[in-house]
Amino acid sequence: MGLETKPLSTLHEKSSYDVADFPVPTGREEEWRFTPLSRMKGLHDGTAAVTGGVVVDVDAAPEVRVETVGRDDARLGKAYTPADRVSAQAYSSFEKATVITVPKMTAASRHTVITLRGSGAGAAAYGHILVSVEPMAEAVLVLDHRGSAVYADNVEFDVAEGATLKVVSLQDWDDDAVHVSHHHARLGKDATFRSFVVTLGGDLVRLSPSVSYTAPGGDADLTGLYFVDAGQHLEHRLLVDHSVPNCRSNVTYKGALQGDDAHAVWIGDVIIRAEAEGTDTYELNRNLILTDGARADSVPNLEILTGEVAGAGHASASGRLDDEHLFYLQARGIPFDEARRLVIHGFFAQLIEKIEVPEIRERVLSAVEAELAR
Amino acid sequence: MSTLEIRDLHVAVGDKEILRGVDLTVRSGETHAIMGPNGSGKSTLAYAVAGHPKYTVTSGSVLLDGEDLLEMSVDERARAGLFLAMQYPVEVPGVSVSNFLRSAITAVRGEAPKLRDFAKELKAGMDGLSIDPAFAQRNTNEGFSGGEKKRHEILQLELLKPKIAVLDETDSGLDVDALRVVSEGINRFRASGDTGVLLITHYTRILRYVKPDFVHVFAAGRVVEEGGPELADKLENEGYEAYTTKASA
Ligand SMILES: Nc1ncnc2c1ncn2[C@@H]1O[C@H](COP(=O)(O)OP(=O)(O)O)[C@@H](O)[C@H]1O
Ligand SMILES: [Mg+2]
Repeated sequence: MGLETKPLSTLHEKSSYDVADFPVPTGREEEWRFTPLSRMKGLHDGTAAVTGGVVVDVDAAPEVRVETVGRDDARLGKAYTPADRVSAQAYSSFEKATVITVPKMTAASRHTVITLRGSGAGAAAYGHILVSVEPMAEAVLVLDHRGSAVYADNVEFDVAEGATLKVVSLQDWDDDAVHVSHHHARLGKDATFRSFVVTLGGDLVRLSPSVSYTAPGGDADLTGLYFVDAGQHLEHRLLVDHSVPNCRSNVTYKGALQGDDAHAVWIGDVIIRAEAEGTDTYELNRNLILTDGARADSVPNLEILTGEVAGAGHASASGRLDDEHLFYLQARGIPFDEARRLVIHGFFAQLIEKIEVPEIRERVLSAVEAELAR
Repeated sequence: MSTLEIRDLHVAVGDKEILRGVDLTVRSGETHAIMGPNGSGKSTLAYAVAGHPKYTVTSGSVLLDGEDLLEMSVDERARAGLFLAMQYPVEVPGVSVSNFLRSAITAVRGEAPKLRDFAKELKAGMDGLSIDPAFAQRNTNEGFSGGEKKRHEILQLELLKPKIAVLDETDSGLDVDALRVVSEGINRFRASGDTGVLLITHYTRILRYVKPDFVHVFAAGRVVEEGGPELADKLENEGYEAYTTKASA
């Protein structure tokens, strides 16, 4: 398959299944300029030696069908076409894919967990997951990334008419992991998609969640939380492509950074194409810089090609803890460290409350506590 | 028996000197009113005593029961028994009133109250100030009206039971009903034990509910006149004009 050019936008102009359609990135390209390629362990130029070592384990709700399929399965790659070199590399390199199907009109009685466990930083692997939620079905899914690996993958969320999918993706890798991932949601008529991304661990994580709509009424809510420690590079690249009328999207990502060379990157691209009248979208990124030596790059891009939007806005702010907050708490006797903990906790609290699965919510809460105790 | 002793206090914000030698002693059992025009430095005095980082003490001393408050961090001052009800209470996103108050009580009393006792105490405190119990789950001061913020300051005052309370324009922005509720809270606090109150205000109307023992007139960064409650009546009739012209002359 050759290049497919999306005509109007300057963002993410091409997509292809073929690695050869994407030159090896040099780091000067707009989409790679923030990413330290030298730490990608060869995922970007094809030199990563595939050894396997990421074990995929599914604990599914009884109503949900789980299959492990080969590359030739006709359902794969329908909802999403790779948009960059690493994504195409993963698409052309994975051996087995996991396909999760929620049958139509079915509400899964409990959440389904896909655990992806890396067996060591020496292990390089490519993966592919397809989650197909059939018309009027409903499910909650957890993607739990643990251990250590050099891993690139694509995850397709195909949410059909009237269906609802809620996903929590936890990047809870060991310190030396490298993970480059695309999550794409394709929403049918009146489909609802809720994504909650939590990125805590890994040397380099670059996660690109994107959304497209095939019919009106689609509703996407993308929430993210990250905590970046010394030396970590955690990058989130959002893309919401409004190409049909009367769809909604909301993006809220918040991060905290502490320590030397802690680096967060957030790119929020939202396109409202000429046909997408009645679009309602808002995107927000906030970064809390807790120490010197940490850096956050935050780049919202809102491209509006129609005059008929219901709402469109973006906001981005990076800054220190507010002295007035700390003063107020301390003036009530609360010691500085505790005041700081309360304020940072408060910064994330409203996001964490949105996590559907209680045990994951607890895990994220205690992970944030642990980060604060460092 | 406690004493807050402010001696020859000079305070600057950046390069600008705002307090120019303040002397004031507040003992437990006493209520002092500081009255003065806007911009005279009343809040600066309150913040400097509480230790707000924007205010630099350039000379003078502040002692609480002989201990040097200026050597202490903000939270140490509060734990030593000082309380500041702020003119503009701060909104703290994501930190619930209940969580905030429990942390504050734990810090000030040195041990965490039992959950049940805390819930009871909080409920009683809120009832006394006609605060809707649902506020316990709201984020601290976030989206509160001016009057609701002031009631919460007094709720904290009653729960934390400091030795000396500095109340900075707790009356401003309150309607008559709220003023009465808040004044009753202050009076309960005064009656509850050996406590001193430094009531900062621009208007005399709160003094009808909370009777001061001493009145200090503040202008251009210092106390320019002192007297008993009758001084408040004089200010009520004559305003601050005499002091502001004197101070700027
Ligand atoms: N944080 C601050 N930054 C700059 N100027 C300040 C600050 N706080 C007070 N000031 C200045 O100090 C003077 C006294 O202010 P303030 O103490 O708030 O007076 P009052 O409370 O009596 O109205 C004013 O001129 C005010 O502009
Ligand atoms: Mg003031």
